[in-house]
Amino acid sequence: MSTYSLSDGLASGAPRTSRAPVFANWVRESGVGILASFAWIAFGLSCLWWEDVGDWSRTHSLGIAAFIVAAIALFGTVGADYLGSASRALRQRAPWLVALGAFLTLWEVATAKFAWLPLPFFPPPQSIIEVYTDDLPKLLDSVFASVKLQLGGYLIGATVGFLTGVSIGWSRGVGYWVHPVLRFIGPLPATAWLPIAFFTFPSSWSASTFLIALATGFPVTVLTWSGVASVSNAYYDVARTLGAKPSFLVLKVAIPAALPHVFVGLFMGLGSSFAVLVVAEMIGVKAGLGWYLQWAQGWAAYANMYAALIVMSLLCSGAITLLFSIRDRLLVWQKGTVKW
Amino acid sequence: MVAAAALAEVVTHSAAGAALDIEQVSHAFDIDGAELPVLSDVSISVEPGEFVALLGPSGCGKSTLLRLVAGLDKPKSGTLREDEARITRPHPSRVVVFQDPTLFPWRTVWDNVALGLEAQGILKSQRHRVDAALDLVGLSDFRTAYPHQLSGGMAQRVALARALVNDPKILILDEPLGKLDSLTRITMQAELVSLWQRKGFTTLLVTHDAEEALVLANRVIVFSDRPARVKADIRVDRPYPRHRGDPYLADLRRQILGLLGLDATW
Repeated sequence: MSTYSLSDGLASGAPRTSRAPVFANWVRESGVGILASFAWIAFGLSCLWWEDVGDWSRTHSLGIAAFIVAAIALFGTVGADYLGSASRALRQRAPWLVALGAFLTLWEVATAKFAWLPLPFFPPPQSIIEVYTDDLPKLLDSVFASVKLQLGGYLIGATVGFLTGVSIGWSRGVGYWVHPVLRFIGPLPATAWLPIAFFTFPSSWSASTFLIALATGFPVTVLTWSGVASVSNAYYDVARTLGAKPSFLVLKVAIPAALPHVFVGLFMGLGSSFAVLVVAEMIGVKAGLGWYLQWAQGWAAYANMYAALIVMSLLCSGAITLLFSIRDRLLVWQKGTVKW
Repeated sequence: MVAAAALAEVVTHSAAGAALDIEQVSHAFDIDGAELPVLSDVSISVEPGEFVALLGPSGCGKSTLLRLVAGLDKPKSGTLREDEARITRPHPSRVVVFQDPTLFPWRTVWDNVALGLEAQGILKSQRHRVDAALDLVGLSDFRTAYPHQLSGGMAQRVALARALVNDPKILILDEPLGKLDSLTRITMQAELVSLWQRKGFTTLLVTHDAEEALVLANRVIVFSDRPARVKADIRVDRPYPRHRGDPYLADLRRQILGLLGLDATW
């Protein structure tokens, strides 16, 4: 029985197997891309097929845009042989495109078409697009205000924190005076200073800058300090026998050796300063994305809130990406750093 | 050709060795308030250009003596002099090569070798000396590499180049070959001898390997257990390159191991 079926399989199976792998290969390489295209067609159809339950002006445009994305996914997949690296990038992201298309379809159907999720708390995608097109000037102003405030406070906090950290790590005298102050004030959440800061500082902008600098400064100080303190004495011995003066020991030995720690502090400081930024804008400053969120809530403009949240997330993520790329450039000598 | 040019470069800069006088030096560590003596009344006089090996049981205080010679620490009593001048602080004329290469991981090989000249503020006009020192240890191709990309032997060669680029009058070696594999070790011993012969610096080598001391040095000083005292001062009157199997050296080795209390095993 077994021998018979084996030879039978060999005889008749040979031509079939020679064609099947070609098709299987094509499905494996392009299947997800085609699926992504279908997912986005489904999203486009979900926009145009049913009537909206509410009054949104961008439904039609969004449907067309979804079809364009679907077309790009389809042609990018089918024409992969002629497109080179662009289609390779597409292929890599195709699973995400499928998931995104499916999610948007579900979102569209659940909100704009059948209102399974209660309005206005869950606005449909087109109303968020509407915010980006119709409320753009105000949103851009808010982005600009937030970036300005954050950048100023962060740079001041990082600089002061770095210098303080190096001083404490290096000089016993500075450590004697600064360390207790640091222990007393540092762990306090910067937001706790908010009420005091807003009436002691001349403007809400300077108060917020101070708070952001404070939130950034503490982790940067502590980690710079621990970085400088943990530098091996052997490095100092080597440098001293080669004729190094104290300034050389600080600038060319202690600081470069401490840099990996400093970047951990800068990263942590960035995270906690975002929190302070948003709270400060919600409470005191009359500009920025935090204020925009607050304002949108006051008007029950939930689409605006989601739109602002998305922008905020992109900005924060972008800031961290920037920090990591600076770190990767400065710390090329380190091996095995985390890829952000 | 390149190597010859590099050699010429280094030789023109070379300074002859300095004399070193260690006079009645005693030293102790403070450990939790208690005083732990490590050196007891050590006197050694080293001629310019001598190669002196300091041999003793591990933890006896040899490395402490080197730190005093380098000027990294001050002795509790006694004086150290380099060419009559009292040693009070580190100076690039006395450079140490430690057991660990302690290269700066954030600097490339070239920048590591350039460290001394940079610290002394003369790198701009003396860049060729860095290239020459790298040629001398045969690592010119690795000038842009980072320390984590080097093998142990290569890293120790870079550390040697970093010392030699300063044209030291006294080269202080604190078990520099201790952590290398035996093959690399033998090669680098030969390189050390030829560098010393060419450049004429005074060399102090701390080691716990009697054979290494006898293959390399003119003089072997044997220390006692902690606190270290000079137990014997042995002249090794043999031409270089020396042979490990030389019966004369084998005899000296037996004597030395006897002094260290290991005669029963040999």
